[in-house]
Amino acid sequence: MSTIAQKKGFGGTLWDFLTTVDHKKIAILYLIAGGFFFVVGGLEAVFIRIQLAVPNNDFVSAGAFNQIITMHGTTMIFLAAMPLLFAFMNAVMPLQIGARDVAFPFVNALGFWLFFFGGIFLNLSWFLGGAPDAGWTSYASLAIHSKGHGVDFYVLGLQIAGLGTLIGGINFLVTIINMRAPGMTYMRMPLFTWSTFVASAMILFAFPPLTVGLTLMMFDRLFGANFFEVAMGGNTVIWEHLFWIFGHPEVYILILPAFGIFSEIFAIFSRKRLFGYSSMVFATVLIGFLGFMVWAHHMFTTGLGPVANAIFAVATMAIGVPTGIKIFNWLFTMWGGSVKFTTPMYYAFGFIPSFVCGGVTGIMVATAAADYQYHDTYFVVAHFHYVIVGGVVLAILAATHLWWPKMFGTMLNETLGKITFWFFFIGFHLTFFIQHFLGLWGMPRRVFTYLPGQGFDASNMVSSIGAAFMSIGVLVLLYNIIMTQVKNVKVGNDPWGDGRTLEWAIPSPPPFYNFKQLPLVRGLDALWLEKMAGKKGMTPAEPLGDIHMPNASFIPFMISFGLFIAAFGAMYHKDYSWGLPVIILGLLVTFGSMFLRSIKDDHGFHIHKEDLVDDTEKGAKA
Amino acid sequence: MHAEEKMTYEKWPAAPEKTTLEAKNKFIGFWLFLGGETTLFASLFATYLALKDKVPSTEAALAKDLFDLPLTFVATMLLLTSSLTSVYAMYHMKNFAFKKMMVWLGLTVLLGFGFLGTEVYEFSHYVHTYKHTFTSSAFGSAFYTLVGFHGAHVAFGLCWILSLMIRNSKRGLSLYNAPKFYVASLYWHFIDVVWVFIFTVVYLMGMVG
Ligand code: HEM
Ligand SMILES: [Cu+2]
Repeated sequence: MSTIAQKKGFGGTLWDFLTTVDHKKIAILYLIAGGFFFVVGGLEAVFIRIQLAVPNNDFVSAGAFNQIITMHGTTMIFLAAMPLLFAFMNAVMPLQIGARDVAFPFVNALGFWLFFFGGIFLNLSWFLGGAPDAGWTSYASLAIHSKGHGVDFYVLGLQIAGLGTLIGGINFLVTIINMRAPGMTYMRMPLFTWSTFVASAMILFAFPPLTVGLTLMMFDRLFGANFFEVAMGGNTVIWEHLFWIFGHPEVYILILPAFGIFSEIFAIFSRKRLFGYSSMVFATVLIGFLGFMVWAHHMFTTGLGPVANAIFAVATMAIGVPTGIKIFNWLFTMWGGSVKFTTPMYYAFGFIPSFVCGGVTGIMVATAAADYQYHDTYFVVAHFHYVIVGGVVLAILAATHLWWPKMFGTMLNETLGKITFWFFFIGFHLTFFIQHFLGLWGMPRRVFTYLPGQGFDASNMVSSIGAAFMSIGVLVLLYNIIMTQVKNVKVGNDPWGDGRTLEWAIPSPPPFYNFKQLPLVRGLDALWLEKMAGKKGMTPAEPLGDIHMPNASFIPFMISFGLFIAAFGAMYHKDYSWGLPVIILGLLVTFGSMFLRSIKDDHGFHIHKEDLVDDTEKGAKA
Repeated sequence: MHAEEKMTYEKWPAAPEKTTLEAKNKFIGFWLFLGGETTLFASLFATYLALKDKVPSTEAALAKDLFDLPLTFVATMLLLTSSLTSVYAMYHMKNFAFKKMMVWLGLTVLLGFGFLGTEVYEFSHYVHTYKHTFTSSAFGSAFYTLVGFHGAHVAFGLCWILSLMIRNSKRGLSLYNAPKFYVASLYWHFIDVVWVFIFTVVYLMGMVG
């Protein structure tokens, strides 16, 4: 970087991040923004658990409680889990396939800013008259009649954020299809890349139905349409279908990358090739496919009839098969390996039993007849937290420790990492295990309080104490992050010493062009193969040459900001006369920026060969 | 080959829309995007079918009262022809015949505007003669949303093709803008295919009952 980078002040760095199109910096933006929303959603969870810790509590009012649970779910799914996974996909996937950037760096930045402004918009509801309160599923029968603008924040905010996710997914797909290094065939791609690929394909087909659902809801609430007004011929079940046609694939969009992360971890720290690589790939693709066939298992009690329920029940249980394949492959990867207990490996170990619990309750709730008993009780709450926290969140925490050195060039403290793990892991089971029983004993979900003496008191207290444990775990992690960055001890290419894939072949953090020369990939676990052959690093696949790089741009920010403005106009256009002009103004900013982008040629720039040689001589490698 | 390079007929490759890496990315990315658009319209079609003829009172107009074959036929012919003219435009693009491409694209745009004109007329006719509006019933909301989404796509496509034409009018073809023209024409075909489904599902099936 020596010749291109120069020292900048805070303003320079800020501008750099506002205009960056570099996948590694966008990854950091996703990590910061997603981390922020994770803490916000976590605080909301803590409020929920405080309110429910004792019977007849009045820590928050019933109305505020509804807003808190709605925002907790919405924030965690859309603004925390998704962006945090996107952070790692951005940071690692292009490196794993040996690419210099994603296929559309500009679109990548646009995706981030859309998500960011959508998330901010949604959360501004707290300060502007109240948050949405119809649940994260926002069923139309509730949402249409919700007073104030809360649900409008939900509809418009998610619409903007969802567009960002959609274009992000397309971008990853094209990157994987077109930008793989020489020799990197599909069946040599690391599993995290594979799961990014399948999850992106799912995003492509799952998000448009959500877009449509949100549009219909927006038309109903803000523009006088009647999709969900029964008296005018409308039908609220349409929303349920559209939401779950998106919603169930969405849970697999979250869990597949988590599976990918753990597949990497098991192989790295068992120091052994992933067991059953091709069956893992097959299972990933199959889960992606089946994920679209099961949405109505969320609607067993809606009254679709016994035939539909039976079909969807069987289809749902079928997903257990490829998932089971994966579990066994992970176990067999460890079998006979020389397992090293690092922090990421702790999480991987903890993940298996936790996720299996979630899978087992998944089969239970998938049994349509039995689900009449479980539905809308705490049993379902326990089920999905076992899969989402026990799967996705553990993966995100594991990935944070695993790839932190690659993203920032420093290593998180292992002891603190393990302390985080134990607090979080014990807290997680303390919080959610007991909720299975609360559900079976009859405690409904989404209630703001309960009466004493129904047998719920002690269990709820236990659950709340668990939440405190998890919070401590997260605080230790934050402390760890701050201390690590303050100490700022730099590490080399392969700080774990056992890296197998291409990201560990280049400096931490990588130079902005990633690979000076594209690497030649000779098989699965490309770097590991070279190490086994006694080489230090990858063999280059091309002579040293000029590298073409994209220009930074402020336009992605402006396009997203325009929609943010327009959303305010749309929301208030019935209350104030300035609404309509503001819609128009916002759309002008958005379309104007798009127009500017399209008429201004942007050919990028070249880094010259000579400058690259320079880098080597100055020993910029680590 | 570099995207900025000055082109001649001899140097022009057989598939200018996917010669550079950027172009290949754009090409595949756009196909994928159209996959997403397909799910978008599928959701809208499903919603429409669920809400077809769902009206609050017996006086309200139903699909069979509203639609009128001659008008829809004209609209369909305009749009289908515009798809054909855009095929010719791309044919000339591949042969490095910039002027001819512009002429055919110009025709495409004119036909597109013709289509939009009939649509505007059609909507205003329903509103004034039948009191069938966006807010009058669930049927109305679903109808105007589905057909209107398509109309908005047409309008966007027109703006897109027009700005490409204006922007490049003095520059001729290059490997930088050829993929842009190509992708815009793909989009245009997609809109056309969606219309074929609208014609069948909304209009033909609407008139049958
Ligand atoms: C073995 C695989 C799985 C099966 C068989 C399964 C089955 C089910 C069923 C039948 C329901 C509906 C229960 C009800 O509302 O009565 C449900 C709810 C849910 N599941 Fe799963 N699931 C599985 C895996 C997952 C995964 C991997 C995730 C997320 C990463 C997930 C997240 C959720 C969520 C968020 C809900 C609750 C939605 C709501 O009503 O708010 N599930 N699951
Ligand atoms: Cu589901």
